[in-house]
Order: sequence, then structure tokens, then C-alpha cells
Amino acid sequence: MDARFKLLEIASFLDRVDRHEGEADFRHPAFMKALQAMQNPPEGTTRAQAVHLAFSDHSTEPAESAGIQFAYGAHKEEVES
Amino acid sequence: MRYIEPHAHMVSRTTADYQAIAQVGCEALCEPAFWAGFDRASPQGFYDYYRQLTEYEPARAAKFGIKHFCWLCINPKEAEDPVFAREVMALIPDFINKPTVLGIGEIGLNKNTKNELAIFEEHVELAKKYDQAILIHTPHLEDKLKGTRLILDALENANVDRSRVIIDHVEEHTAPLVLDQGYWAGMTLYPESKCSPARAIDILETFGMENIWMNSACDWGISDPLAVIKTALEMKKRQHPPGIIDKVIFENPKNFLSQCPNFKL
Repeated sequence: MDARFKLLEIASFLDRVDRHEGEADFRHPAFMKALQAMQNPPEGTTRAQAVHLAFSDHSTEPAESAGIQFAYGAHKEEVES
Repeated sequence: MRYIEPHAHMVSRTTADYQAIAQVGCEALCEPAFWAGFDRASPQGFYDYYRQLTEYEPARAAKFGIKHFCWLCINPKEAEDPVFAREVMALIPDFINKPTVLGIGEIGLNKNTKNELAIFEEHVELAKKYDQAILIHTPHLEDKLKGTRLILDALENANVDRSRVIIDHVEEHTAPLVLDQGYWAGMTLYPESKCSPARAIDILETFGMENIWMNSACDWGISDPLAVIKTALEMKKRQHPPGIIDKVIFENPKNFLSQCPNFKL
């Protein structure tokens, strides 16, 4: 029941986005990509790990500076590539 | 149930929270130095903060029979300016021998920058110089995987005693990286990010009950000082035996923290 409830929360969130005009920010395609990753996790990866990996920054070099102190929830460059 | 809260930011909490956690069995609490919800304007602000951690909070906790310990550092969120960070770090030796100090923490990375990494490495050297244990913060959300990898590389280069290092805020994708390399791992139980009780128990069931602890990291944000005990009750619901629950919420943190000479129950 708990998972059913949470799944409907996600479905309603996506309906809400669809209902409105305007451009979604970069986190929306990242979210869709994470949903796909959850359903088709790569070999040797759990579904939860696949979701994390879909949202993660996979670069390896330290950043030059911070710019912001917070996190967005999804890595921007990963989505754009 | 008895338990140890190994990571809580009580400077941001009310005295009623101390009362609440005492009532559900908290015997000891550890408070890493961290961001207080705002950037401090001067090193003197950290001097006052270290006094709060080493003098005032232990007295506030003692009123409820809880032993309060702390870790010292400048957190990565305020370490982007290395000149400022080094001025703050210069204060640490004045406090390192206070009777409730456990070690250096929570150091680590926030946005995975070169400056943050440099200050992280200098903290590790400080810990080695004073023979202190280390508690490490890993970044949030999309930055966690990269930050964890950078931290693991830096620790390998520093040749630290891995049994005296705990890497906190692990989730499903970083827990195996940390545990497989011989470090301790911490899971943080938050209502909106990091781990829920259910996911934390999944991680325990997947990666084992060794060298791992759970904490509430209750702070100035949306967080729950009773999160550890609520997760213990969830473990009970999943029919984990009392001995296993006690191991995760009491014996494991006790075993790691007992490596710190000042930790005594």
C-alpha cells in the first residue's frame, strides 16, 4: 500500500508538470531518465543504485570553484550530454 | 532500547529534544562541528562555536543523563576560502585536548572544489599529527558519488588508519565503495533526503551489519532527533532479533568511538 501511494504521488507530479505550459528545468529530463534506469538497471546494479547513478555527477576532476553551496538534485551537464 | 546517537547537531536543537532522546534510551551523543545554517563572519565565530561544543552542550546534555562528545573542524561548506579556513583550523589545537573531543570532523567535501579538497587534506594531516580519529561528511545528492570518490582517493594518498575513519551519509551507491575499502560507514536518516528508515535497513540487509552506524544528524533543517530509535523499531517490525538491533544502534558506534581515548560511557 505504501509503495502504491508513493507511485501515485509520482504519477500526479508528472501530470502536474504536463498540465502546465513552459519549459521544465533540467531536473525533469533527469527524473525521466532515472525512472527508466529504475525499471532497467544495468547488470550488477540495484534499482536504487541505478536511480542514484542517473542523477549523479560522473566527472572525476575537482571543480575550480563552488558557485553555489547547495545541490540541485540532478547533475546538469549529465542531462545535457 | 539503549542507543548512541553518533551524529547530531544539538546547537540547533531545543532542550526538549535532549529530554525526548533521553526518554527513548539515548546514552551518549556525538556532535561533529558543522555549518550552523549560516556562514560565520570571522574565525572568532568558530572560537565561540568550539566553546559551545566543548563546554555548554556537554552540560546541557548532562542534565538528562546523556554524555555529550564532539568533533572539531571547519566544515566544507565554509572552507571554500582557504585563507579563512586555515585561520579557523589554527584554533583547533587549543581545543583538541578538551575532555570530550573525539577527533577531527565532520570534514569532507560539499561542491567537490579544489579548495575544499585542499582543506580536507590539511584536516587529515592535522588528525594524523595529533593521532585523532576522523569523521567525514560526503556531499549531497548529485555531488555525493564524485565527492565520495575524491575523498577515498585523498585518504588513500594520506595513508590513514582506515579503522579510525568513518565516512558518513552513505547511500545505496556509495556504501559499498566505503565498506569495501575498509572504512566505517555512517547512514543519515532524514525525512526528505539521504536515507529513510526503510532504505537504511535495506542497506544493512544488503551490505551487512559490520562497521556501520545510523544517525539522525538532526540540525537546523528538517530532521528528526528520534530517527535512530524509529529505525530500530522498524528493524524490530522486520523481525531483526534484539541482539542485531542493539549491535547496530549501540555496539557498533561504541566500538568505533572507543578508539577515541576520550570516549567513555
